[in-house]
Amino acid sequence: MKDLSLHILDLSQNSITAGADLVEISIKEDTVADRLTISIIDNGKGMDKDFLERVMDPFVTTRTSRKVGLGIPLMMAACKRCEGDLVIESEKNVGTRLKAEFKHSHIDRAPIGNTAETMLSLIMAGSDADKVVDFVYRHIIDEREFCMDTREIRVVLGDDVSLGEPEVLMWIKDYICEGLKNIRGGV
Amino acid sequence: MKTIQELEEIRKKTLDTINIRKDRSGTRIVVGMATCGIAAGARPVLLTIMDEVQKHGLSDVAVAQTGCIGMCRLEPIVEVYKPGEEKVTYVLVNPSKAIRIVNEHIMKGKVVEGYTIGAESK
Repeated sequence: MKDLSLHILDLSQNSITAGADLVEISIKEDTVADRLTISIIDNGKGMDKDFLERVMDPFVTTRTSRKVGLGIPLMMAACKRCEGDLVIESEKNVGTRLKAEFKHSHIDRAPIGNTAETMLSLIMAGSDADKVVDFVYRHIIDEREFCMDTREIRVVLGDDVSLGEPEVLMWIKDYICEGLKNIRGGV
Repeated sequence: MKTIQELEEIRKKTLDTINIRKDRSGTRIVVGMATCGIAAGARPVLLTIMDEVQKHGLSDVAVAQTGCIGMCRLEPIVEVYKPGEEKVTYVLVNPSKAIRIVNEHIMKGKVVEGYTIGAESK
């Protein structure tokens, strides 16, 4: 994976597959402590203890088409090479919490990448099926914070207009880009 | 600044086109978005397709995502389902190929043979 936003996209798809209807993604950049923390929290079906213990193994997957699943091992490797770690907690029928940590300034730390495109892809995937998945994207850089919550957007759109409508997606994309620009100090 | 008012305008504007998109009789474009697809560059392909669909106002076209199709080395993979026609599978797609696929196949009905899985395996 070229950047961290692609890992986020990949692992959040797991949340959708797990039947979550709310996925909260947060990126916290603490430049003082020099840490970067990404967390993905869902209310999907969760994993039992046995599966959770094996989930870091690339030869463990729920899919039936093949015997390998690389999403989690790839993210784990990305964390480990940057003095960080990946921790997953899960409870059956409650949900899963994934926390990935990096040393912010580590030379091997991939760039965060285009999180707006990641959110758009996820919102498209989440509004494709009959069931709508809501997303919260929170990005914190030291004291500054940006937050996007699709539940709030859906209040404005009402029941008739889907989040997946191209025009709505474009608005969300610009909204995220502007928000991130603001917390990055206009750069 | 992006405002909520803008969102309300979008809502009013899209209400008319939505009913067309809701009935699934139109064309479906499906992008493979599993780990393999994402790593190979499926995200910009998906967004380029969506962009083109919006730009050309293709209201009967639905853009969707799927998991691993099983040919990871040929990702990004895009499948086009047109009503009454056989499925067409495009492989090793990038954003510029995606634009051609929408412009020629989706809009003019002409399959871009050179990008299909058939051409790749020759």
